Amino acid sequence: MSEEQAAILRPETLVEEFKKNGVTHIITIPDSETNYLYELMKEQPWLDVIPTSREGETFAIALGLLVSGKVPVCLIQNTGMMESGDSIRGMALDSGFPLVMVVGYRGWTRHGVITDSAARYTEPFLNAFRINYYLVETNEDGKRISTAFEEARATKRPVAVLIGDEYHGFNR
Amino acid sequence: MISAADVFRVFQTHRGNAIVIATGTSGRHWRDFTTNEKRDLTMGGAMGQTTAAALGVALGLPNEQVVLFDAEGALLMNLGILATTAGKQPKNFYHFLLDNECYATTGGQPVPNAKNINYAGMAKEAGYAAAYSFDDLETFGAQVGNILNEKGPVFVAIKVIPEVENEPIGRRQRRPTRNRAETIRDLQAELGITTTYK
Repeated sequence: MSEEQAAILRPETLVEEFKKNGVTHIITIPDSETNYLYELMKEQPWLDVIPTSREGETFAIALGLLVSGKVPVCLIQNTGMMESGDSIRGMALDSGFPLVMVVGYRGWTRHGVITDSAARYTEPFLNAFRINYYLVETNEDGKRISTAFEEARATKRPVAVLIGDEYHGFNR
Repeated sequence: MISAADVFRVFQTHRGNAIVIATGTSGRHWRDFTTNEKRDLTMGGAMGQTTAAALGVALGLPNEQVVLFDAEGALLMNLGILATTAGKQPKNFYHFLLDNECYATTGGQPVPNAKNINYAGMAKEAGYAAAYSFDDLETFGAQVGNILNEKGPVFVAIKVIPEVENEPIGRRQRRPTRNRAETIRDLQAELGITTTYK
């Protein structure tokens, strides 16, 4: 599949997947690459966006929301995921609640040598925590988000969705 | 400074129906004074993140009053939560800080700049609706009832007497208490919460 053939991942696709899976809250640190996604999420009356100061907070806030019967998603970058190790351990893995974490795959490339260590360590990090993950590169891949939700529900564990579209950045 | 036990003794008379989350060495005294354990939550699991977990409960249950008894060593690990909380302005969130100026559970080493931090000032400047500081029981007791009637997010810093533990952790006396999962289960049953995760 060439880049020309693959449809660029659209922010609407993620929001539709969130709605389909009953998401109530997005806990996030916005970044320049996800700007359009952030704006679109803020427009949804059924969705509460919670901006945070550091990524580790997102997993703890998610736990509080899960206790309250809500359906949160953590939307962060891979750099912040690595910073969040202890929070992922204590607030997500140990809690026994399902949780989908959508992670921007900074530095990811399917074509050549990875030069960004953020990308180099992303999958080894998830493997070390025994967190399963699904890669979403194109719009066609969007349905893998529902697959992640299904797995999270079935296992009562966090499941990651890696957004390998960093350099398209949800631009319209 | 006030003893943490006295803080809880006074607070209990004003608790009403609030959901209470207590953390840290000082926070363990809450179990001696609570009269409604089904509304007590344990949200520890990663030091510095209990504050964020309590915020999540407050945002998820906007019709319930949520009271957190935080610890200054934990808060210092994630000061950004003050801005996160202020950004959402949860009107039902009451953030108490029991400041014993040290890491009591590891032998009493001082936290950074222990005696000179104005935590209430930081919370207020971060955007909390109101912030207070107390270091004597009489003043705290006179004001806590009114504070709990204010709209949140409210921050209340209290200087408490450190209760330093030097016994190795494996030899410390631990009373049976409910674990996190049990407190979550009990609160959800109390409030009739079934997960909406479909």
